[in-house]
Amino acid sequence: MDFVVEMKGITKVFPGVRANENVNFQLKKGEIHVLLGENGAGKTTLMNILYGLYQPDEGEIYVKGRKINMKSPSEAIANGIGMVHQHFMLVQNFTVAENIVLGKEPKKSINLDMNKAVEDTKKIADAYGFKIDPNAVIEDISVGQQQKVEILKALYRGAEILILDEPTAVLTPQEIEELGIILKNLVKEGKSIILITHKLKEVMGMSDRVTIIRRGKVINTVNTKDTNIEQLAEMMVGRKVNLVVEKKPAQPKDVIFKVEKLEALDHRGLPALKGINLQVRAGEILGIAGVDGNGQTELLEVITGLRKAKSGKVIINNKDITGKSPKEIIESGISNIPEDRHKRGLVLKYSLAENSILGMHNKKPFANGIIMNYAKIKEFARKLIDEFDVRTPNEDVAASSLSGGNQQKMIVAREIAKDPDLIIAAQPTRGLDVGAIEYIHKRLVEERDKGRGVLLVSLELDEVMALSDRIAVIYDGEIVGILDAKDATENDLGILMAGGKLESLSKGGVQ
Amino acid sequence: MNNAGIPIIVALLASTLRLATPLIFAALGGLFSEKSGVVNIGLEGMLTIGAFFAVYGSFKTNNPWIGIVFAIVSGAAIAAVHAFLSIHLKADQTISGVAINIFAAAITSYLLMVLFNRQGQTDGVTSLYYPKEAMLKIPVLGKFLAELNWYVFIAIALVIVTNYIFYKTPLGLRIRAVGEHPKAADTLGISVYGIRYLCVILSGALAGLGGASLSLSNTNIFREGMVSGKGFIAIAAMIFGNYKPFGALWACLIFALADAFQIVAQGLGWPFPSEFYSAIPFIITMIVLSGFVGKTVPPAADGIPYEKGEK
Repeated sequence: MDFVVEMKGITKVFPGVRANENVNFQLKKGEIHVLLGENGAGKTTLMNILYGLYQPDEGEIYVKGRKINMKSPSEAIANGIGMVHQHFMLVQNFTVAENIVLGKEPKKSINLDMNKAVEDTKKIADAYGFKIDPNAVIEDISVGQQQKVEILKALYRGAEILILDEPTAVLTPQEIEELGIILKNLVKEGKSIILITHKLKEVMGMSDRVTIIRRGKVINTVNTKDTNIEQLAEMMVGRKVNLVVEKKPAQPKDVIFKVEKLEALDHRGLPALKGINLQVRAGEILGIAGVDGNGQTELLEVITGLRKAKSGKVIINNKDITGKSPKEIIESGISNIPEDRHKRGLVLKYSLAENSILGMHNKKPFANGIIMNYAKIKEFARKLIDEFDVRTPNEDVAASSLSGGNQQKMIVAREIAKDPDLIIAAQPTRGLDVGAIEYIHKRLVEERDKGRGVLLVSLELDEVMALSDRIAVIYDGEIVGILDAKDATENDLGILMAGGKLESLSKGGVQ
Repeated sequence: MNNAGIPIIVALLASTLRLATPLIFAALGGLFSEKSGVVNIGLEGMLTIGAFFAVYGSFKTNNPWIGIVFAIVSGAAIAAVHAFLSIHLKADQTISGVAINIFAAAITSYLLMVLFNRQGQTDGVTSLYYPKEAMLKIPVLGKFLAELNWYVFIAIALVIVTNYIFYKTPLGLRIRAVGEHPKAADTLGISVYGIRYLCVILSGALAGLGGASLSLSNTNIFREGMVSGKGFIAIAAMIFGNYKPFGALWACLIFALADAFQIVAQGLGWPFPSEFYSAIPFIITMIVLSGFVGKTVPPAADGIPYEKGEK
């Protein structure tokens, strides 16, 4: 059997972590091969080694049968390897063409030949059927387009082997489909593709073979057609997992939370929210679906008091909290599991105990006037750690020393402990492993059943569909449709997320 | 300086250009460094070092052009230290820059004693020959051109060259990419460290030349404190010029005009204390910076050390 890439016995140790341990990996010519594993399993590390960004501590790399010392990305590029990183490596204020030729610029004597750069970009984009304007500036084009620029960058350098790291994380369902077609075309042209992902559905739809990695070790390599989602999930996590969120039908009561005609500007002073209307009832989960950057962040910031509204109202329990301070808003009964747990969810250098009372720190029994009562604080933290199964040696360690899943559990514990009427959950499971996701989903449904309202915002459509009772789709600062979760299909949501319209909605489906 | 027979406006403009020259050199130096992502607050010190070694080179060899070479090399050398600290050792770039400023003031004062056996200032040295008489014979512009010096021409030429490098050459594209998104550059096989070293050292060379234009032009001596904040004004000009060579040029000219006006105005006999005139350039600097700085866009990775293989 001919392999275009063969990695043998790769071991890579970071301080405190064995990211890869004696990993063997083989890529056949002309196949799409998925590297499957949870966050932190070592998939990206392995590919960064193949791309020359990291040096392995042990092991060998063969490309087309030749042993290569992959000491830098230049070496990888020279051997026909291209990588599309999860966080795009694009210079934001450069044009498409500038980004594509960077490092391998066409020259006219000592000059940069920009005309040729634009021409080459057009030529290669046409050859693979990409529609893209070579003179567009990166910060003005959509994420899906940016991803195409990344793929073109690799192709411009003559890549025969393409590595894509979590390429679907930022795309709408339709864009994912389009990517699938692009990849199939590339394979037809004789390219070989490695896809890194933790999404099982995509593995089944896009790949020929799968290599499963868990905690830095290869568990197995299988043909996609000989396996199924349940098997893959079990190999990925190491135990049977429940992929479906179990929940009873919602028992919604009165409307407790309302957003009316809300308008706000983003950090550049451009309109980000253009008249948002939303209602959340007690005992239901309202999910907001949408592609990143359509106003989700701004909406949450206005609700939680971090951003000023231009006009409109935010009302909880018939009380207008528009423009109030975060403290007043918390006291009115809103808890917030923020989007970025490191920036807004925790003070990383504080202990877990201190983190467990943020937002309640000025209340009895944790504070008595200006004096903190640490005995009570620690007791409280221990209770939360116990109840929410936060894995930590004790409550005195810094929040930064915990894994992402345990940090998130701590935040969820604290926010629920505030006994709110409305819980805002923004990307509550981003970057977490399957086990932690399962737990947090279960907790949110439990809180719903206790009669709290939950406002869920997530970029993972699967999560929104699994948890929500009703789904609102946000596009370009507007709610373009609200669907009942049981009627919502991925296709319909995808159309709305991309700014399209649904027949059924125009017939009066909007609430 | 007030040659009789020259209209005041000509004197003012010529004086503006002369005063702008060291600022332009230093601002261009700052541009190279910051475009590649390294903050260089040590321009003041690099000007000082350049000013001193320009005079020393000319003093030793009696050839002012050798003095200029001394200035460029010494500026580059001290910049190499800044590069090593901030690129390799990932030191705080502001602190490294401040250290260079303090070090430059101290070492030149010390070397004055060791090399010239004097305090406060050096002896006068051979100056750059500028064909003033020949210039005067040029019609219309003669009187104006005669008031300039070679540095003025070199500085303006370098603005054009710098602009060309940044926006028309592959090297410029790479420099800007390294300053905006070093990891993107790295993944394309561009040496982030290499580009940054080159740019910071170039920055020192340019500031060194700027120092020479201060000491080895009209006065032909090095005096302690003669740089007096010009490095900082150059940084302000670079920011005010929105990190672009021609922007920086205009900004330097505005600051220099304020300075020139101050000198001219003192001769006008208005009833203000002389401190008021001396303060004019700094007041203008403050007004300009407070009004504009927020609106300029520095390179996205400016001031952030690049860690290879960082997770």
